[in-house]
Amino acid sequence: MLAFIARRLLQSILVMLTVGFIAFSLFNFVGDPVSLMLPPEATQADRDEVRKSLGLDKPFYTQFAVFVQNALQGNFGISLRLGRPVSQLLTERLPATLELVGVATLLALLVGIPVGIYTALKRDHWSSQLLLTGSLIGVSLPNFLIGIFLIVIFAVWLGILPSFGRGDTTQLGFWSTGFLTVSGLKAVILPAVTLGFYPVTLIMRLVRSEMLEVLRTDYIKFARARGLSNQAVHFGHALKNTLVPVITITGLQLGGLIAFAIITETVFQWPGMGLLFIQAVQFADIPVMAAYLCLIGFIFVTINLIVDTLYYVVDPRLRMETSSAGGH
Amino acid sequence: MTGALTSTVRRFLDSDIWYKFRRDPIVIVATIIGLILILSSAFAPLFAPHSPFDLKTLNLSDAFTPPAWIEAGKAQFLLGTDDQGRDVLSTIMYGSRASLVVGFAAVLLSMVVGITLGLISGYFGGALDAFIMRVADVQLSFPAILIALLISGVARVVIPNSQHDQVAIYVLIFAIAASGWVQYARTVRGSTLVERNKEYVQAARVIGRRPLAIMFAHVLPNVLGPVMVLATLHIGTAIITEATLSYLGVGMPATQPTLGTMIRIGGDFLLSGEWWILWFPGLALVVLVLSINIIGDWLRDALNPKLR
Amino acid sequence: MSSTPAVPLLQVKNLRIEFPTRRGNLTAVDDISFDIAAGEVLGVVGESGAGKSLTGAAVIGLLEPPGRIANGEILLAGRRIDNLPFEELRKIRGREIGAIFQDPLTSLNPLYTIGRQIIETIETHLDLTHAQARARAIELLNEVGIPAADRRIDHYPHQFSGGMRQRVVISLALAANPKLIIADEPTTALDVSIQAQIITLIKKLCREHGTAVMLVTHDMGVIAETADRVAVMYAGRIAEIGPVAEVIHSPQHPYTIGLMGAIPSVGDAHERLAQIDGSMPRLSAIPKGCAFNPRCTRVNDVPNHRCTTERPELLPAGKTKAACWLHVSAAAQTDKQAVTA
Repeated sequence: MLAFIARRLLQSILVMLTVGFIAFSLFNFVGDPVSLMLPPEATQADRDEVRKSLGLDKPFYTQFAVFVQNALQGNFGISLRLGRPVSQLLTERLPATLELVGVATLLALLVGIPVGIYTALKRDHWSSQLLLTGSLIGVSLPNFLIGIFLIVIFAVWLGILPSFGRGDTTQLGFWSTGFLTVSGLKAVILPAVTLGFYPVTLIMRLVRSEMLEVLRTDYIKFARARGLSNQAVHFGHALKNTLVPVITITGLQLGGLIAFAIITETVFQWPGMGLLFIQAVQFADIPVMAAYLCLIGFIFVTINLIVDTLYYVVDPRLRMETSSAGGH
Repeated sequence: MTGALTSTVRRFLDSDIWYKFRRDPIVIVATIIGLILILSSAFAPLFAPHSPFDLKTLNLSDAFTPPAWIEAGKAQFLLGTDDQGRDVLSTIMYGSRASLVVGFAAVLLSMVVGITLGLISGYFGGALDAFIMRVADVQLSFPAILIALLISGVARVVIPNSQHDQVAIYVLIFAIAASGWVQYARTVRGSTLVERNKEYVQAARVIGRRPLAIMFAHVLPNVLGPVMVLATLHIGTAIITEATLSYLGVGMPATQPTLGTMIRIGGDFLLSGEWWILWFPGLALVVLVLSINIIGDWLRDALNPKLR
Repeated sequence: MSSTPAVPLLQVKNLRIEFPTRRGNLTAVDDISFDIAAGEVLGVVGESGAGKSLTGAAVIGLLEPPGRIANGEILLAGRRIDNLPFEELRKIRGREIGAIFQDPLTSLNPLYTIGRQIIETIETHLDLTHAQARARAIELLNEVGIPAADRRIDHYPHQFSGGMRQRVVISLALAANPKLIIADEPTTALDVSIQAQIITLIKKLCREHGTAVMLVTHDMGVIAETADRVAVMYAGRIAEIGPVAEVIHSPQHPYTIGLMGAIPSVGDAHERLAQIDGSMPRLSAIPKGCAFNPRCTRVNDVPNHRCTTERPELLPAGKTKAACWLHVSAAAQTDKQAVTA
């Protein structure tokens, strides 16, 4: 167990270093960090001063070490566009994005898993075929178009849900939540449905194909031969085996969803990190881009670790192989 | 020569693929619609009633003309006009052309890079393999759209402003391709690993032939099926990615409209009632991607009957 | 509820299994009939693709689509079971007919302890409390020779060796004390050294419980050791059926003769093993007449090209029954009543 976690941790650190290096390169080679830090009217003396204070006269690896050190302390410099510390901007925006992604994920799991199971068990029924074709339409719809479509129906025509923004939020420490007010809850519906659309189709298709795969295995055939009821075969045996890979892939998707929220946040002017990032791209705001990249990388790595641990808990083979590795 | 051709055709007509194709009406419809869309955009200069790039024919007084069947519509603008007075139907044709060019080029680039890296990775193994696959892993942790956004964001900084519009299409192709190579590389690598230990590769090495070239010739047929499926589905994704980038304002410039750019423009007039500027390009985009995805999905099932 | 002694435990009558394809139906099992008496071990032997496993799957109602029973009847203790509704058939599986599959490594769900899997089988079929079911599970594991069963019951399948897992599978098949067990290549996936143990175990347990066995295998040695009677299948048909000693020592069908010639015996180690030229036909190209005729050395011994034109019926030949024109002409001349009896 310990060796397993240690190995995973090492891998995670490697991934983070790579991502950090890309962010560092963005920062140092693409953007000119000196001019990023100074007003345009600065003199050469000022520039040298800043160069020195940033350590740009030092060797390359020392610079990277300094960057990593700063990043670990959450220091990513100042946004060019907004003139405020990047870390501060991201912390402000983080709750909005996480709440949106959380609701969307919940939605995706609650709809995707049951529908996936249904289409696998009733695989030849017309309703399954219909759902499958429907999921293909879901995959083919660009996310922003779904958002626009929902806005037109629910905000413009019916006028029952807001078309943009987060509604009223409540401050809980550093976290601003929209879950405690009616307008906040209403505001999250359309963006969450939009963002959840793609993962629903994905999870549904994944669950279906995994379940079909499991239903073909010998132990399912043997379970049938033992006379177990369909209920026991499908939900007692097949489902658990199906969910093992589903956990992994859903977990990985979750990390992606945070970045994917860029589109949804733009359509709904949702004040999250994605909106901040897209504005940074449009204005070439390198510090924000670099910091966002690191943050997404970090979230991805963390989720990955959690997923691996979950996997470990669910699958006894994994648990045993590592614990009894020395015993054989 | 013709004999070989007819026998190939006959073999195809007798194959399981063709048999399954004929029995699946949805795929037939998708193929027909897809072909119509692709051909009409490929030959847009021939078919389009107007040229959206010809400033002489544009007339601002034609702007915001609704579709022809609505009272204020004009017969010459079947699907209405946009804010510049451009014919929506013609712009869709030219716009899909740009979308398709970007999509196909990006997929082709991804495929070449992915197959090459996969082959190298699988054949040489060791540290090189580990390195390529780790890069692939890291890249997979970021969604395609983020990588594409980053690349186009960096391009904005590196490339001088005056040249942005000319190189926009190349940046876009590169940005989309850069996010897609991993899947090809993984598929080809797996197949290469299997082939590497077969006897003919050993034999080739013994007689001094270049094993990599020989393997390429042998691995390629094995991965052709999965790569074709990946590529077809990838074209759909690439077109959506292009549209999304253009919608977010970091794709193609407004002077070279793609479907995404048109939808972005249309979004500005949604609340003021000029719905056709948004929905017709949107519909064209969905139908195009859907028909490509239906074909890709069908292809996957047809080539892999186990996955029904 | 018990059947009259006259009725065999299992009767398979004119069974035909087909696979619909775009080029027409493939007949995988073609019009076969056989019986198994209570407590009897019937070996079913043949090359892979002969249809023996499909026959076993059909008996237990687990033919995988698109395969289907196109014709014939399957009766268990006189009751027809091939056309039962799903729920009825399910109650027979495990309770009246148990199954042992080829690969013990994949027959058990890796995510559950073996105890859970045995107990759920017991609870499905027998009216026992959970504690009683667990006690019975431990008893079963003891019976199949799993040491320290009361501790091992809470282990996962991957913690057992292949042979031990097959023992667990056997205990699962016996969990509800069925009258018949379909054992489909139960030893093929195991080490040679383990095979004999498992075969001995199956034989011993079935004798003790009075369980009949349909033992599907391609291994004539296993049959010789275990079976009371043997059915030799070729290209979806039964070529010969009879008491195991008779089939082995005086086979009547040229295919069986060839098959026996291909088995090494300790006595004449220096003699070259006989082999049958050619290979079994594909399902889509089964020859007219006797399916074996292209490989048979005695086609010309039968007049009027009957072997290549007419399919032979399974009729008494010597002390067995064989589907071969060589014997039909002889049998028909001597005693026609024997055929109908």
